Amino acid sequence: MNMHFTRRGLMGLGVGAGGAVLLGACGDSGPNDKVTGGGQNAAPAATAYTGPNVALAFWNGFTGGDGPFMKKLVDQFNTEHPNIKVSMNTYQWADYYQKTPAAVATGNGPDVGIMHVDHVSTNAARGVILPLEDLAKALNFKAEDFSPPVWNAGVYNNTRYSIPLDVHPLGFFYNKAVMEKAGLDPEKPPTNNDEYQAALESMKAKGIQGDWVTPFEFTGSMQFQSLLWQFGGNLFDDQGTKALFAEQPGVQALTWMTDHVKNGYSPKNVAQDADLVALRNGKNAFNWNGIWTINTLKEDKNLQWGVAPLPQIGSQKAAWAGSHQFVQFKQKAKDDNKLAAGKVFINWISQHSIEWARGGQVPARAEIRNGADFKALPEQSAIGSQIDDLHFLPPKPGIADVMATVVTSINEAVLGRKEPAKALSDGAAKANQLLEQNAKKYGS
Amino acid sequence: MAAETALSRTPPAQAGEAGAGGRVRRTGPLTAYLFLLPYFVVFATFVLAPAVYGLWISLHDWDYLLPGKPFVGLDNYKALFDSNSAVYSFWWESLTATGIFTLFSVPLLLSIPLLLALLLNRSFKGRTFFRAVYFAPYVLGVAVIGVLWRFVLDPNLGVVNSVLGAIGLPGDTPWTTALPWAWVTLVGVTVWWTLGFNAVIYLAGLQDIPRELYEAARIDGGGKWAEFRHVTLPGLRPVLLFVTVNTVLVSANMFGQSYLITQGAPGTETRTAIMYIAQVGLSDYKMGSAAAMSYLLTACLLVISLIVFRLFKEKDS
Repeated sequence: MNMHFTRRGLMGLGVGAGGAVLLGACGDSGPNDKVTGGGQNAAPAATAYTGPNVALAFWNGFTGGDGPFMKKLVDQFNTEHPNIKVSMNTYQWADYYQKTPAAVATGNGPDVGIMHVDHVSTNAARGVILPLEDLAKALNFKAEDFSPPVWNAGVYNNTRYSIPLDVHPLGFFYNKAVMEKAGLDPEKPPTNNDEYQAALESMKAKGIQGDWVTPFEFTGSMQFQSLLWQFGGNLFDDQGTKALFAEQPGVQALTWMTDHVKNGYSPKNVAQDADLVALRNGKNAFNWNGIWTINTLKEDKNLQWGVAPLPQIGSQKAAWAGSHQFVQFKQKAKDDNKLAAGKVFINWISQHSIEWARGGQVPARAEIRNGADFKALPEQSAIGSQIDDLHFLPPKPGIADVMATVVTSINEAVLGRKEPAKALSDGAAKANQLLEQNAKKYGS
Repeated sequence: MAAETALSRTPPAQAGEAGAGGRVRRTGPLTAYLFLLPYFVVFATFVLAPAVYGLWISLHDWDYLLPGKPFVGLDNYKALFDSNSAVYSFWWESLTATGIFTLFSVPLLLSIPLLLALLLNRSFKGRTFFRAVYFAPYVLGVAVIGVLWRFVLDPNLGVVNSVLGAIGLPGDTPWTTALPWAWVTLVGVTVWWTLGFNAVIYLAGLQDIPRELYEAARIDGGGKWAEFRHVTLPGLRPVLLFVTVNTVLVSANMFGQSYLITQGAPGTETRTAIMYIAQVGLSDYKMGSAAAMSYLLTACLLVISLIVFRLFKEKDS
């Protein structure tokens, strides 16, 4: 009965309110350095930790196939560092982003954690995480050691709050068997719009709807963002004060997607995940999906598939990507030993992130990305080759909330409820209101 | 336990006399309150206090992690009625979604389980088995039924459309991605999932109706319909009141089905009020605004519940 869930939903809200009651009681001791982060971090960042034994709590949202790879790394770290004991806790990402601020506010926050890059500035502004400027300095990290867009995405208000672990871009997945059936060369996926349209046309001639367009966030809105950047557009202005996605490049990008449905290259009403399921079932040939799809497709032993960088549809190359980044959480009482040990941990995992790449990610660290070990992972390195074409959201607090308006616009247009231009301008109007609300709330 | 037995066995007057006679008094004026106290403490801590605190939150721009929680008076409420505000269209759209869902699911959830209960109340072989069968879906969590139906009803790959197509019916109904089909899906799934609960309550109510009344009806020459109309329905009235109010509240609080099956699509048209409140409060951290919405929703539900109570009362008199 829905009572089960709505009860829980209500209780969730109740807990929220109840939690707020408790938090109100300790309001003064809570993190409250508005827009300056959670306060000071430990002064010197060490590469080796020699202090007394410490235990670190490490939280993340690696609930998928990536979890065991991280667990293995943590175990190896623990064996090599007898005076640091890291224990890992995994939550669903959605829960994680609600739990960590509440845990920090009550003084029970973890020491180290992972955050998606678009959540970093929000959590910095809310005083949940600590600056990591000194770690970057002590280890002499530079933007070139990672990749400038992903490195710069961790800076909020001129202060670094996160160290990149990986990037997870969108890639172009294709079903070779379906391509062959349509007389296409399965080793030559389309790389530009002419080849792309020609391929769609020859599949259509064989009665195959070869490129299912999904109206949902995963991964329809990521495809839209990639196309938007390819056509030279942007989601927001650099200051994150105005939505730009309804301008001409956005309309071009979204129209490219809706034309697929109009021209019969994609069925109407593609439900969540149906695009990828159809590719696995041999009904769909092309799919713009995240790098995490590699492991999903590898489970299908009989599936003939490949992955390539996104084709260039617009005037320039571009791809959507997310990034997992390391953060340190604010504690009630500052413990320099724990902070120092946490930094050792972050640096060590970063250095060993080739293991992490095997879990289906692109390491953020350039030396590892350029190493022979990574090159030996054909799928990962194909997607990883897009590293210089990746775009991230402007580091504004609350920016992830605003993205919901983009998701809704894509959904309305691809499902044929609105024309692309109308869907986008409606979304942009909403987005501007939310940006204004956020600017007021976070005081920037 | 001892006090309880004393309570039920001895009329109060006698207890008083016994007390005067030197025996230990088992019941005092405080007894009832003492028994109620433990529940009240829990209720006050987890319902009353947060509710009052929520009212306070709704008067502020509230993010529990930000130090400035500016007092904004009724601004959060005003924004819900101001068509230029960021929340206005989302809020009313979500409240409309909740309204549509409630309007269609409640009549079905009142009538179908009643018919079912009447059937299951007759004596036939395998009755217990069928009672279990109809109750079974209710045991499943919303995550299970949500994901299950999302795949079964997938417009392009789902088994429902492929069976419909195979027997010559339209096989391309967008069950989860277009209106009005998404509502058909959400209401249908909810009815399938939860009818067992209401049926069990009805069944209990039916078994409480004295047999003699049916005999009397038969002796008076009433047919089946008259029996239902004049014995069954009046006998079920208290149960009916409970089931109606409960079903309205539960439907108005719908969250999981939309969240999992349609994800609010198309656009945000099947996003319910609770879904929107949860998003504003718990992922956008605009708790003041979310609290204001909760209170408005509560007010609506209070009015509806009062109307239902009133209707049943009028029937009584």
